[in-house]
Amino acid sequence: MDSTVATGSEDKVWGGGNKPLNASYGKLMMWFFLVSDALTFSGLLAAYGFSRFKFIETWPIADQVFTHIPFIHGNYPMIYVAFMTLILIISSVTMVLAVDAGHRMKKNAVIWYMFLTIIGGAIFVGSQAWEWATFIKGDYGAIETKGGRILQFVNSDTGQRAAIADFAVTIPSERINHERKNGVWFYEGEALPSFSLTEVVEGFKANPNIAIRTESIVQEGENEGEKTILTRSEALAKLKNAAQVVEGANLIHNEYGSRLFADFFFFITGFHGFHVTSGVVINLIIFFNVVLGTYEKRGHYEMVEKVGLYWHFVDLVWVFVFTFFYLV
Amino acid sequence: MAHEHKLEIFRGLWKFKSNTQKIWGVLAFLCVITAIEVVLGIWKPEGLLKSENAILGLKLLNWIFIILTLVKAYYIAWDFMHLRDEKASLRRAIVWTPIFLVAYLVLILLLEADYIYEIFKNGFVAWNF
Repeated sequence: MDSTVATGSEDKVWGGGNKPLNASYGKLMMWFFLVSDALTFSGLLAAYGFSRFKFIETWPIADQVFTHIPFIHGNYPMIYVAFMTLILIISSVTMVLAVDAGHRMKKNAVIWYMFLTIIGGAIFVGSQAWEWATFIKGDYGAIETKGGRILQFVNSDTGQRAAIADFAVTIPSERINHERKNGVWFYEGEALPSFSLTEVVEGFKANPNIAIRTESIVQEGENEGEKTILTRSEALAKLKNAAQVVEGANLIHNEYGSRLFADFFFFITGFHGFHVTSGVVINLIIFFNVVLGTYEKRGHYEMVEKVGLYWHFVDLVWVFVFTFFYLV
Repeated sequence: MAHEHKLEIFRGLWKFKSNTQKIWGVLAFLCVITAIEVVLGIWKPEGLLKSENAILGLKLLNWIFIILTLVKAYYIAWDFMHLRDEKASLRRAIVWTPIFLVAYLVLILLLEADYIYEIFKNGFVAWNF
């Protein structure tokens, strides 16, 4: 039977005994995982697109939401998130350089490049945490109507948003934060906003240069694409339906507009941030393995290549999140 | 392991001497694209935002952003994740599967969303109270 023993199977690619895709088992499995993870993110982003197209006339404008830079006051849309994108792309580059150094068996170069990658990832996660904190805290405050619509206040001369703290009047009243300790033990009221509804409404009536901006986007004419600003009488009529003061954003209320926007923001950037965090942790493990010389002994640095794939995938996802949350 | 690298991008228009050089070249290219996106995002040219210039209900500016994103994704996958150096069969299996599924999902969901939007707008449902 020795005539039938197949030694080389050049003519039968899938006949066994060779690598039809020229990739190792681990690398293939990493790719399988990445493809399925890509589908998860696509599902989330497609759901975001669904909600956005459903509420296309009232969806928040990202430029009016993410306008902050750490340590600097003022209105700077896009700048900080561009910085975050840059950080992630650069940490992706140091990762490729680590993989490349691994191919050439340069242990010290791999160590340095992996170290830089981890630092880049940490800066990115920190930036995302800051972005979340700013978004949750909010800055101007708004009013939510009974129908769940958001009414924001703008300065009618400049068109810039006006903070409720700047115009609300102070009316002495007894507003008590209902906590567990002074009521039924399992029941706790929502935290009180800094101003009561009446204070904001009275403040609005007393300040003629404050206007109300609604969620709906002007569909045609000169101001196309901008949020509608109500006339004084329309604004006063709308305020009759005011239900509560909203400051910042959470899963239920969102001073920047549609609450779905906040929900998707938390869910998608949170899921991505979780990926970055786990990527940093995995990178750390591999980093220590490199330092200990594990891959030097093994004779190849394929593990670095595999975590590299994961890390680039995280970067790839961010490119899409960046586009759909901040640009489009 | 595949140690050979294909050292040219833009279909051979830009050739590199080593893999390291190619990485820096791709970084420069990605940074330029991101810079273009950021500038367009802040500047927002009016002509690109007009609804009469929209294609398939999407403003021209948004089309530009989406296309630039896909270009960036291509170079991240091809050069950073070195799909360029993998076998064509592996590359196609990885790339076309999600592209097909995502295109289908997005098409279905966005059409449905637009339909619901029309119902809200023209139907007898009061939502803005």
